[in-house]
Amino acid sequence: MGLKIGIPKEVFAGERRAASVPEVVEKLIKLGFAVAVESGAGASANCDDDSYRAAGAEIISSAAGLWAASDIVFKVRGPSSDEVALMHAGQTLISFIWPAQNPELMQELAAKQVTVLAIDALPRTLSRAQKMDALTSQAGVTGYRAVIEAANAFGRFFNGQITAAGKVPPAKVFIAGAGVAGLAAIGTAASLGAIVRANDTRAEVADQVVSLGGEFVKVDYVEEGSGGGGYAKVMSEGFQQAQREMYAKQASEVDIIITTALIPGKPAPKLITAEMVRSMKPGSVIVDMAAEQGGNCELTEPGQAVVKHGVTIVGFTDLASRLAKQSSTLYGTNLFRVCEELCKTKDGVINVNMEDDAIRGLTVIKDGSITWPAPALKPAAVPAAKPAAAVQKKPQGHGAPSEPMAGSSLAIMFGVAAALFWFVGANAPAAFLGHFTVFVLACFVGYMVVWNVTPALHTPLMSVTNAISSIIAIGALVQIAPPMLGGLPPGSSRPDELIRWLSVVAIVLTAINMFGGFAVTQRMLAMFRK
Amino acid sequence: MLFSENLATVAYIGATILFILSLGGLSNPASSRRGNLYGMIGMALAVVATVFGPRVTPTGIGWIVGAMAVGGSIGVYAARTVQMTQMPELVALMHSLVGLAAVLVGYASYVDPSASAGFTSAEVTIHHVEVYIGVLIGAVTLSGSLIAFGKLSARISGTPLILPGKHFLNLAGLLLVLFFGAQFLGAHSVDAGMMPLVIMTVIALLFGVHMVMSIGGADMPVVVSMLNSYSGWAAAATGFMLSNDLLIVTGALVGSSGAILSYIMCRAMNRNFISVIAGGFGTSGGTPAAATSGEPQGEVTPVSAVETAELLRDAKSVVIVPGYGMAVAQAQHTVYEITKLLREKGVNIRFGIHPVAGRMPGHMNVLLAEAKVPYDIVMEMDEINDDFPATDVCMVIGANDIVNPSAQDDPGSPIAGMPVLEVWKAKTSIVMKRGMASGYAGVDNPLFYKDNNRMLFGDAKKMLEEVLAALRA
Repeated sequence: MGLKIGIPKEVFAGERRAASVPEVVEKLIKLGFAVAVESGAGASANCDDDSYRAAGAEIISSAAGLWAASDIVFKVRGPSSDEVALMHAGQTLISFIWPAQNPELMQELAAKQVTVLAIDALPRTLSRAQKMDALTSQAGVTGYRAVIEAANAFGRFFNGQITAAGKVPPAKVFIAGAGVAGLAAIGTAASLGAIVRANDTRAEVADQVVSLGGEFVKVDYVEEGSGGGGYAKVMSEGFQQAQREMYAKQASEVDIIITTALIPGKPAPKLITAEMVRSMKPGSVIVDMAAEQGGNCELTEPGQAVVKHGVTIVGFTDLASRLAKQSSTLYGTNLFRVCEELCKTKDGVINVNMEDDAIRGLTVIKDGSITWPAPALKPAAVPAAKPAAAVQKKPQGHGAPSEPMAGSSLAIMFGVAAALFWFVGANAPAAFLGHFTVFVLACFVGYMVVWNVTPALHTPLMSVTNAISSIIAIGALVQIAPPMLGGLPPGSSRPDELIRWLSVVAIVLTAINMFGGFAVTQRMLAMFRK
Repeated sequence: MLFSENLATVAYIGATILFILSLGGLSNPASSRRGNLYGMIGMALAVVATVFGPRVTPTGIGWIVGAMAVGGSIGVYAARTVQMTQMPELVALMHSLVGLAAVLVGYASYVDPSASAGFTSAEVTIHHVEVYIGVLIGAVTLSGSLIAFGKLSARISGTPLILPGKHFLNLAGLLLVLFFGAQFLGAHSVDAGMMPLVIMTVIALLFGVHMVMSIGGADMPVVVSMLNSYSGWAAAATGFMLSNDLLIVTGALVGSSGAILSYIMCRAMNRNFISVIAGGFGTSGGTPAAATSGEPQGEVTPVSAVETAELLRDAKSVVIVPGYGMAVAQAQHTVYEITKLLREKGVNIRFGIHPVAGRMPGHMNVLLAEAKVPYDIVMEMDEINDDFPATDVCMVIGANDIVNPSAQDDPGSPIAGMPVLEVWKAKTSIVMKRGMASGYAGVDNPLFYKDNNRMLFGDAKKMLEEVLAALRA
């Protein structure tokens, strides 16, 4: 029998998510694990004990019993001190930890001789890690919910309508920060029919904003804001000044502002000042998704929705919990994917393989010793370098991708060529060798010249080479009436009539080719335009 | 005599340089027109230097002018009147002319005793070998090109003809050619040598027929460029035969450029060059039965032209993938009208061209250029493939094998490993086809059954006109 995964009831006030749902529990059992669920763990996420039981989980009535029975514990929020006290040596915990912000918790956990995988420490730039990225899955849920909260507090339609009762203008929504949550909010607001604008310090997300139906609002100041790992960095004073002006302008125009700006390990930047709030139309709504880190708006009160200067400011810190079933399902699936990586053998035994980049990043405590932070992965600059490479590749055509040939096949080719040349050199007369030299060199010139041709011109190239191959006309021309300088070999006569007719026919044929080929090429090329 | 021996030689060097510049210029659309001009000047220089040079006496000039006038007017007339969709046929037909000319020149050179006057016996042998090879290549080019012409103009079925033991037939043909070659060289008089030469010519003609007959329609681009290459080698062989460096150089240029082009085509299809020449699709050791193992599941979702227009109107990014079907339906002008309309609406519309789309290399580019589509929105496969996930609508017009996902997914498929345009990664793909028939490769296409794919059945031109009308409405 495999290890036992325990899912305790979340103890954090207002937390309604569960670390797994029955659908995922089934998959975990298929992976060879046993699953125990604390009674009522999923109640607030619409998963009752019976549904877990039906999925094959064991229900344990007390938290203490569950922690004692489990080899691996799945949690959403980092453990409280009481929960840490329930842990035993050798146990594994997978949960949000935020090691940078919670050094005491890290010390307590390390003292318990446990292994801890912090889902928030996942190396997000690793494409293989995307399926495990709970930050992304939860941010998507919160972005969606933020728009729903805004719609709830907003007194009008989102979409513009022309009804018998009059014209309704569409709501204007401004979204600050186009991370995962911001993008989800853009998509949701756009699908409700609002006019959506968004801004981010990272210029490269502009296309993503547009792709979801938003309009990207630029800050009129040049500075690159990508801070690595998919996060933004703190910007310069000049930029911030320009950014404030842009925000002030947007605040006076739009009906709804949703802010998502976070900088890791720092309080959220104050983007929306009290002054800007005052400039907004009465009935407008601000949803501050950074409320937990202090808020992007000066007037945000974390955890509450307040009305100030006629503007509703929503500072809920539990947006994901407000969509508990959805967020629990996504989070549970993320953790299941982590288990898949840990248990490649599918026998319910985990192997915390520190050689694996994803696992290494996740593991913040290994058997009681703190292993956080993980060494840096490859730099996140890869996407930035790509367009330059593409531009460079283009003019080279077919020449670029060919790599040097393997040494052995090259040696064989040279060997064959050498044998051939030796044969020719040993047998052919001098006059032939002169022609042969010309022939071989011309082959190489042809190869060099044609190798770089762009595929668009393959047809004209063929028709022009075809036209040029009518050079064979020269052969016919020199035969039609040659001067008899060398004289004829004794005893032979030249069948002039026959040769002339053969040559005339050959000249007619090649002339068709010559004139037709160049004319048709000209016709084709005249059509190529920019 | 305007040109002395030396002047003629210098003129030939000039012509050679112009030909090289011509091919070089053709590698880029901006310089291509000048490239063609270089070719014309080079050709004119070569012909004038020859006609007024030491090798032609004034008695021949009348014949030459007459022949040139007849041929030239036929050629120019054909070039003026040919439709762009018929380009592959025209090019194939013109290759056959070069082949026939090479055969004729070869025979003429053989019966002309002055051609080998004053040669040593080794030189005579070499001259005869050159004649033999020149006629051989010329004959293969002639019959092969004629069959290619027939296939491209649908006068002959495009399906590969598979004779039993075809590789042995080819091998037997080769041995016979070698045998008669020995007979030919051993002959003491022209009359005695004529017999083996004629027999070899017949064998070579049959060989050319068989070679192209056994090649499937999807491989036609390779065949056309291969025949192009042959016509060059035929010219080079003629050059050796007549000891003319200009012919050798030009022939080698054309021959090697055609060979490179064939190789590029083969690489674009992930096919082995030898196996394309040796036989039809799926026959060279492939197991056609394996194709059925990946029988696609699911249902096709048809759409109407009006729905297509709506999808296009709502899209921000559109990629059009044209194939041979667009050429057949002559739909390129309607495609351009739609493109223009959508571009005015601010839609980012581009074309994705597979290297072997159509029936000759670059076929689609020529058609789109004819319809005035600007070439900077016409992308190659490698340029556009990464962009499909960010594309809202991908319209596939009369293409099939080049957008078949089983080339990537199904290792048992006959087209496995062939690079394809990944249209199924677009949010919606619309395939315009006349019916559910499979492509030239005879492989079913799982793309049609994908959830995000729609089928617009009907003649491409008619359907596109309806789409255009709906867009304008």
